[in-house]
Amino acid sequence: MADQTLPMSGSLDVTPRERSRAVLLEWLHGWVVTVDHKRLGILYVVYSIFFLLVAGAEALAIRIQLAWPNQHFLSPQVYNRMFTMHGTTMVFLVGMPILFGFANYLVPLMIGARDMAFPRLNAFSFWLTAFGGLLLYYSFVGGFGLYGMGSAPDVGWWAYAPLTAKAFSPGHATDYWALALIVSGFGTLGTAINVIATTLSMRCRGMSLLRMPLFVWLMLVVSALTLVTITPLTAAQIMLVIDRYLGGHFFDTQAGGSAVVWMHFFWIFGHPEVYVLVMPAFGIASEVIPVFSRKAIFGYPAMVAASVGIAFVSLGVWAHHMFTVGMTSVGNAFFVLSTMLVGIPTGIKIFNWVATIWGGKIRFATPMLFCIGFLFQFLIAGLTGIMLSVAPWNWQLHNSYFVIAHFHYVLVGAIVFNIFAAIYYWYPKVTGRMLSETLGKWHFWLFLIGFHITFDTMHFVGFLGMPRSIYTFEPDRGWNHLNLIISLGGMIQGIAVLIFAWNLVHSYFRGKVAGNDPWDAWTLEWATPSPPPVYNFAIDPEVHSRRPLWDLKHPEDPDWKYEA
Amino acid sequence: MIREQSARAIRLSSLPMVCVAAVVARQSAWADAAQGSPSIFAPASTPASSILGLSLFVLSITGGIFFTVGGLLAWAIIRYRARRDDDGSEPAQIYGSTQVELAWTVIPILIVVVLFLTTARIIFAIQDAPKPPAALDVTVVGHQFWWEFRYPKLGIVTANELHVPVSSTNDPKPTYLHLLSSDVDHSFWVPQLAGKTDLIPNHPNDTWIDPLHTGVYLGQCAQFCGVEHAKMLLRVYVDTPEQFAAWVNKQKQPGVQDASVAAGRHVFETQACTNCHRITGTAATGTFGPDLTHLASRATIASGAALNTPENLRSWINAPDHFKPGALMPAMQLNDEQVDQLVAYLTTLH
Ligand code: HEC
Ligand code: HEM
Ligand SMILES: [Cu+2]
Ligand SMILES: [Cu+2]
Repeated sequence: MADQTLPMSGSLDVTPRERSRAVLLEWLHGWVVTVDHKRLGILYVVYSIFFLLVAGAEALAIRIQLAWPNQHFLSPQVYNRMFTMHGTTMVFLVGMPILFGFANYLVPLMIGARDMAFPRLNAFSFWLTAFGGLLLYYSFVGGFGLYGMGSAPDVGWWAYAPLTAKAFSPGHATDYWALALIVSGFGTLGTAINVIATTLSMRCRGMSLLRMPLFVWLMLVVSALTLVTITPLTAAQIMLVIDRYLGGHFFDTQAGGSAVVWMHFFWIFGHPEVYVLVMPAFGIASEVIPVFSRKAIFGYPAMVAASVGIAFVSLGVWAHHMFTVGMTSVGNAFFVLSTMLVGIPTGIKIFNWVATIWGGKIRFATPMLFCIGFLFQFLIAGLTGIMLSVAPWNWQLHNSYFVIAHFHYVLVGAIVFNIFAAIYYWYPKVTGRMLSETLGKWHFWLFLIGFHITFDTMHFVGFLGMPRSIYTFEPDRGWNHLNLIISLGGMIQGIAVLIFAWNLVHSYFRGKVAGNDPWDAWTLEWATPSPPPVYNFAIDPEVHSRRPLWDLKHPEDPDWKYEA
Repeated sequence: MIREQSARAIRLSSLPMVCVAAVVARQSAWADAAQGSPSIFAPASTPASSILGLSLFVLSITGGIFFTVGGLLAWAIIRYRARRDDDGSEPAQIYGSTQVELAWTVIPILIVVVLFLTTARIIFAIQDAPKPPAALDVTVVGHQFWWEFRYPKLGIVTANELHVPVSSTNDPKPTYLHLLSSDVDHSFWVPQLAGKTDLIPNHPNDTWIDPLHTGVYLGQCAQFCGVEHAKMLLRVYVDTPEQFAAWVNKQKQPGVQDASVAAGRHVFETQACTNCHRITGTAATGTFGPDLTHLASRATIASGAALNTPENLRSWINAPDHFKPGALMPAMQLNDEQVDQLVAYLTTLH
């Protein structure tokens, strides 16, 4: 167990925590009006976990419907709503907010600051995001106007024109979808600006840019990328609303508009968006893997350069989602090359993580288990990405279950695995208590097994010609057994997530008391008490290397002697 | 049959890929009774088989990367686990190495160059293939939730079941498809014949197939197009030249006029059917729904949602929602006698 009395000046808070005498309402009010980055971070994460459960339930409904051919568990229309809501929720109400929640909580602590640069903007952004989510789900009630006959959007999370035009999607479901994304998009923009300002101007003494923890670096890159990519999405949504209400013809093909323009708008947002989601996960891995391998991250400057490189290249690959749209052969070849280039910095990252483990002394605590799962799964996801970037092969694989398998390998196998790693890793800091390791291992192994049963199999059913977005399938195509297997794996993952949710609640009350630094870690957040006081650090800390706590724990062999 | 075809495709791709071939063979066996599977590993046309050749090449490279990197990773995890008798000391700290970073940057770059050049070759070979004068032209129009096939040079219009002649290497007879949409985006995908190409309103596309074996090839719409997207199925019949000529000949005829079913024809002509369907030689000239002139020559109705049997026709006319909830044909509210007469008439439309 780590030393409880690290002599980092001002890091340990000595004032006793104020006993809360507030009644429930006051307590709630406190959470609503808070501008504390830690409380907002917690709000983001709790909000996202709630929607993770909702969208997970939607996924299970989808899988029950597809377990056997020609099932009638869901009607076609409800099925289409389910996959639209599942995708939209997972990307916009789970992935984005949870990662920005981690950023909110951790970035100030990691760079030795007392809060984000703009605390009020921070609160405003959270509430915008939250209301965006409510607006989306309100469509279940109000989708056809307030006449009792609600419905959710059913146009897919990519919402290709002209299916979203009034002629093909009457009612208000599509409007709720567009407005929800506009509103939460502004929230995201606010947070992105905040993270950039915080990392650029709030670092403590000694924390040069090249001494920032990699998590902070990745959040900086992600925030910059967000600013560039949310903008076209918001613009496109506004154009869509103009089409639907003011007689615009941007995407109205019946009046000479263009369906392809929507695709470009959507994917010039959509592809960088996948990197917006995955790079914070890289950041998590870059914190957890070194601590549990007991080694400094290998090739820190290369990791930073690769992240920035990925961000730039990812802005020039969007049309690899459009190889079947009928671009010229030269256009196709261009996007093949640019997409394959992303594989290079991505490969560099994987190699550096492997090199970090190499020569270490690995401790298999739950966070590390999830990160190891991540490494294997992200390797595979990157390779299936390369396969999809091969345009002719993409003509076969596009919109088949192979694509579903590819992006769930990234979104679940890499991102969700690292989100779990992050929660097991930082939960002690946030609550002061450890999550149960026993439940954690059950959660990990069940989730891993379920994940592979489901998503490995999806690659094969894609090879066999099964398209995505279908509410049922023909029994004579050789897809029956595979679909049943996929659905079973889904149920196993569902059980694993319930164990996780139980662990979160149970450990909050009964978990082992964590102490300040339960993992014997090296970044500044572990120098504060668990949970940290409102002001984080009583006196501004000062750092001399990338691993300030390593320096304190090993005065005979500090990092700053070696860092380039 | 599938195994045989994938074996052939592997010969096509000039690379030694024994292990990949094994995976593919197992893969085909996986598909229960794989006969019906529209597998991309069982190509029957040049675009599909050159894609398979390319994909096996890419699969062997990515597979190689997977086993190398995954193997190193697995080895590191096992080798460097903390031992039970660990003394609690920290391992040696290594911060990085420029040489190593350079090496693992340059090797992927070389791999990308190889992959890109191979890919580009196949893109150009498929996409820019010159169209031989003997090629058959078909215009495919995507509708919410069915396919219209027009043969402009032959004056034929049909639906959901595409007939094309078989092609061969000595006597190539490819079919060139011109893809249009009347409403939203769709995508034409018959995995054994070619990769998919989208049908987009205001954005005509082209693709081609040259099926080398006769038979029926299954596919379906591959771009979400609304509520019944899942039941927008597709069949391609690859006929021998004689069969194809006979089929063309029959399709060119106007609708059969059989006096014994005149009552049914009367019902058809006096109901709203005529606004949406065409039967040449009758007053029905609608184009919103499938052309029914030769309905009885098709094996399925409603874009493959049901077999073309009298019972299914009857339930379709009574309630299209029974097979395809959300299909754009309304339930026609006819009485039993009218439906009987109609079905009797429709089954004569060979
Ligand atoms: C409002 C237009 C409309 C009317 C009126 C209409 N249909 Fe249809 N019909 C359609 C559409 C659209 C389809 C294709 C449905 C699909 O596959 O999704 C269709 C399909 C069919 C089919 C299957 C064709 C095939 O090859 O798959 C038959 C048979 C048919 N209709 C018969 C009739 C008869 C008989 C009537 C009159 C009693 C009628 N329809 C009235 C629009 C209409
Ligand atoms: C080496 C890296 C990667 C490459 C080369 C790559 C390549 C591709 C390609 C070519 C497609 C298009 C497939 C198609 O629809 O036809 C695709 C789809 C997709 N990828 Fe990746 N990808 C990579 C990494 C990622 C990452 C990191 C994420 C997510 C965080 C991701 C998420 C997705 C998603 C969500 C889709 C499908 C979108 C949709 O149609 O709904 N990919 N990828
Ligand atoms: Cu992409
Ligand atoms: Cu479709």
